[in-house]
Amino acid sequence: MIGYILRRLVALGLTLLAAALVIFVVLEILPGDPAAVTLGLNAAPEALAALRAEMGLDKPAVLRFFLWLGGLVTGDLGQSYTYRVPVLQLIAERTAVTLPLALMAIALAMAIGIPLGMLAASRHGRLADAGVMAFAQAGLAIPNFWFGLLLVLVFAVGLGWLPAGGFPGWQSGFGTALKALLMPALALALPQAAIIARVTRSSMLDTLQEDFVRTARAKGLSEGTTMRRHALRNALIPVVTILGLQFSVLIAGAIIIENVFALPGLGRLVFQAIAQHDLIVVKDLVMLFAGLAILINFAVELLYGLIDPRLRQS
Amino acid sequence: MTTRRELLAGAGLAALAAQLPVVALAQAKDSVTIAQTLEPPTLDPTSGAAQAIREVTLQNIFEGLVKIDRTGKIQPCLAESWQIADDNVTYRFKLRQGAKFHDDTPFTSEQVKFSFERAVAPDSTNAQRQLFAPIAEIATPDPATVVIKLKQPTANFLFGLAWGDAVIVAPATAANNKTNPVGTGPFKFVRWNRGDRLELARNDGYWGEKPALAKATFRFMSDPQAQVAALRAGDVDAHTNLSAPEAVPQLKADAKLKVTIGGTEGETVLATNNAKPPFDNLKVRQAIAYALDRKAIALGVYGFDVTLIGSHFSPLHPAYVDLTGTYPYDPAKAKALLKEAGFPNGFNCTLKLPPPSYARRSGEIVAALLAQVGINAAIEPLEFPQWLERVFRNKDYDLSIIAHTEPLDIDIYARDTYYFQYKDPSFKELIAKIAVTLPEAERNALYKQAQEKLARDAVNGFLFILPKITVANAALEGMWTDWPLPVTPLAELRWR
Repeated sequence: MIGYILRRLVALGLTLLAAALVIFVVLEILPGDPAAVTLGLNAAPEALAALRAEMGLDKPAVLRFFLWLGGLVTGDLGQSYTYRVPVLQLIAERTAVTLPLALMAIALAMAIGIPLGMLAASRHGRLADAGVMAFAQAGLAIPNFWFGLLLVLVFAVGLGWLPAGGFPGWQSGFGTALKALLMPALALALPQAAIIARVTRSSMLDTLQEDFVRTARAKGLSEGTTMRRHALRNALIPVVTILGLQFSVLIAGAIIIENVFALPGLGRLVFQAIAQHDLIVVKDLVMLFAGLAILINFAVELLYGLIDPRLRQS
Repeated sequence: MTTRRELLAGAGLAALAAQLPVVALAQAKDSVTIAQTLEPPTLDPTSGAAQAIREVTLQNIFEGLVKIDRTGKIQPCLAESWQIADDNVTYRFKLRQGAKFHDDTPFTSEQVKFSFERAVAPDSTNAQRQLFAPIAEIATPDPATVVIKLKQPTANFLFGLAWGDAVIVAPATAANNKTNPVGTGPFKFVRWNRGDRLELARNDGYWGEKPALAKATFRFMSDPQAQVAALRAGDVDAHTNLSAPEAVPQLKADAKLKVTIGGTEGETVLATNNAKPPFDNLKVRQAIAYALDRKAIALGVYGFDVTLIGSHFSPLHPAYVDLTGTYPYDPAKAKALLKEAGFPNGFNCTLKLPPPSYARRSGEIVAALLAQVGINAAIEPLEFPQWLERVFRNKDYDLSIIAHTEPLDIDIYARDTYYFQYKDPSFKELIAKIAVTLPEAERNALYKQAQEKLARDAVNGFLFILPKITVANAALEGMWTDWPLPVTPLAELRWR
């Protein structure tokens, strides 16, 4: 077992290193000079040279790669070319928007999707079932940026209840900040809610055929109690799996939604950094996302290894 | 017995009375939220070229010796007056007494010397170093006087001192101005939530007239839809230059808002590689000029009329001449000229486009117009850094579309290494003469000659001036409607 974990750890280290190398090389090949972007069309050559030295761009590429790697290990992600502040600070600021947004969206999706799925399962083949399925179809078909714009038109422009976009920051008070995240989270949650409703419905229908449900009914429990107390718990396992699988879709959706609602989140940071050639931010963020994906994979493999001894032999 | 008319009058009075407290509230409002499209990367106008830095900081946080007013004229600022000696190279500035920086450092001649010397130091990252190149020496006979001696007479030296790159900074705080700007202006920096908004507060120790507003917030929104929604929802009180021209009619119809279409210094040109065949042939460039239906291009991009140009000069300047008639739209003539140049069946080329929507949109129309006379321009969209590298620096292009936004930048055509590759000795002479001609009437006559020469030579396709689409709450007064320099002076804003 120890040998297995060590082997996996070495593989993990090599994978992370390979990812770092690929990211660095790809961004190195991109044409464009961050210093030229900062100083514009009238820049004097000596000003460009001074700025390149300030940004550390005058060192050879190999040295810069190892300096960057060393920084990643010690938690020093360097300075943003655009903003000229530590990248770590930028990532922390933006995570404070994106993470609550994603969590709110997941919570909303579950709060909408699970009850609807249960309703459809309990009214299988009747009008309510058809209604929920139609909602799920629409929720998957409607692009979430368009739905976001629609929300803005109704609740911000029309009714004036909510801000049309932007984020006043957590220092403006918890309520104000949540208010700014409500519409974007709803727009982000819609397709997820549709998927959850469908999965809940089908796994609920499967579970209702099981023996233990029949036993519960035979004990004389009401249909509602049977569903909530016995069937739902088992039916939710595939829903949780789907939520895990949908995580990357959620992040991709967040990038679009953050742009629609002008939210200063990680998604918009990646977007801006690419447009402004803030390559160090792009490098760090892509590495962060890749690293997370690799680590999650590693954890899953370890767990499988613990569960199934046969996998450790390979 | 009350008549219906009296009843109505009574109702009207009641309605008026109901509105009175609202009006009083509106008058008491002393804050403003201004939206602009791009976020500044840093807050130091002396170490970056981004226009967004100037829009936020110039005349608000930082000040120069002089400033540009809304009509484009030079006005006193940190210098209350100046004299130019008979030798035309000695400038004596009398400085404002009692001005101080936001950290209470008194403003003196020392900081002027420091700021200008810092701009040309070896490690300086000032984006407009050439503004300071003519300076031979800076003397500070006393705290309230600065004497600047130039190497040679420089006509636009004072004008350059109004730019963001020439603001006065203090030695103790200059290094941190990127993230924590300390200037002498009417507003102080409070907080910046990167990616979203920046807050400023009135500087109660300001040397000049006290601003009407106590608090100002800049919001940054690049998405055109988001801009329109924020204006209509009242989240923002104004947008300095809307990126959604198609929304102008619906915003004009909104009684709460006022919309103005003004001018800027941004000459939008079909940049042409004059050194690369067949564009080195005057007849080919003239054919392109005849093929461009400027009015159709501008309408296609904006949906309303904007100022069309026939040379590289802004109508905001007194020396401007209208040269749009030099090569009027005439596709038949364009074809004939191409035939004369040896291209009876036209030719193929590329049109490289940077990201701004004005460039992408006009690019489509320009390509269609050129196709009508047999020139097949293949569109290549580029990101800005790639555009800078390939088109601007390596001159690896045939045609491109970009707005040149620096004021009075006709001299770029006299630069040998510039990407138009025009390299015309007589034009260079003209620009050299302009630089040393101080009397305004004489200089303006020379500017006219320069404009005419560029138009005649069809150096580039001259299209239109980037408009400034200002949308503001109808009760907000003092927004600049033209941009002789891209600034949004908050001290000039007040609620009606």
